[in-house]
Amino acid sequence: MRNYLKKISNPVWFFIFVLLIYLGLLFLDFNLFASSLQFFWKIFIKILPVFILVFFLMILTNYFITPKFVSKHLGEKGIKRWFYVIVGGILSTGPIYMWYPLLAELKNKGLSYGLMACFLYNRAVKIPLLPLMIFYFSLKYVIILAIVMIAVSVIQGILIDKILKGGKK
Amino acid sequence: MKRFKPAVFSAAKMFWKASPLILGTILLVSFLVTVIPQSFYLKIFTRNIFLDSFIGSLIGSISAGNPLISYILGGELLKIGVGLIAVTAFLVAWVTVGIVQLPAESMILGKKFAIIRNVLSFIFAIIVAVLTVLLLGGGL
Repeated sequence: MRNYLKKISNPVWFFIFVLLIYLGLLFLDFNLFASSLQFFWKIFIKILPVFILVFFLMILTNYFITPKFVSKHLGEKGIKRWFYVIVGGILSTGPIYMWYPLLAELKNKGLSYGLMACFLYNRAVKIPLLPLMIFYFSLKYVIILAIVMIAVSVIQGILIDKILKGGKK
Repeated sequence: MKRFKPAVFSAAKMFWKASPLILGTILLVSFLVTVIPQSFYLKIFTRNIFLDSFIGSLIGSISAGNPLISYILGGELLKIGVGLIAVTAFLVAWVTVGIVQLPAESMILGKKFAIIRNVLSFIFAIIVAVLTVLLLGGGL
């Protein structure tokens, strides 16, 4: 039993915790339970089609973008390098920590701290997730936010290079 | 075709792993929005540009997880009257500042780099929020 409990991931524990809140509500305040569930259903039905679109975009990204593809292009020189770092950051998928070993390896091959930071910052702009962001915040907002974030990623990269003197700690 | 199956599997796995978190978040947001009066949020977020963006960035920095969750939370906060600057700072900090991943980032990419990057990302979340809302023409 203890081993089985250990296997349960944090997101599942979180879900169980929320279900327990609802179970408590069911007995303590049925009206609040019903209104909360009604609110949940309203949101869920609204965003379900968006999730389906996000799923298909993720398949496409997983299919075309691999760590090998990204590292190949990060090897470019000069301004081009910044461009590929931005594009690489945007197109990279999966959890952020998955990319740390690759970045450490590229660091040994000459990638500066600034370019590393720029890559990590641009991971915030996730193309497959854009439909949901547009659903909540509008297309105009998403475009402006993406442009500002890309510009800031370069500024942050330059600043980090200056602070860490181009990668020499 | 050889790469297509793993691509579908990987996307499905991500959704499967994230589903308890996504459903749990929507359920929790639904409960909180129903139980907490709108005036409570408006007390925390006072429409002061710097304070709101600072609080938004702070909450986003200590939160972790799939960005999908931050969009749902941010979107619902916006609907109940929280300002766009606070919500934007929250969204940006959620994905650019990684307090939870800081130990791993420090170990693999260097402590000094990880700390400087995260501190700058926190400050830039506030700047990005102000700039985005200004460019959007929403006014401050």
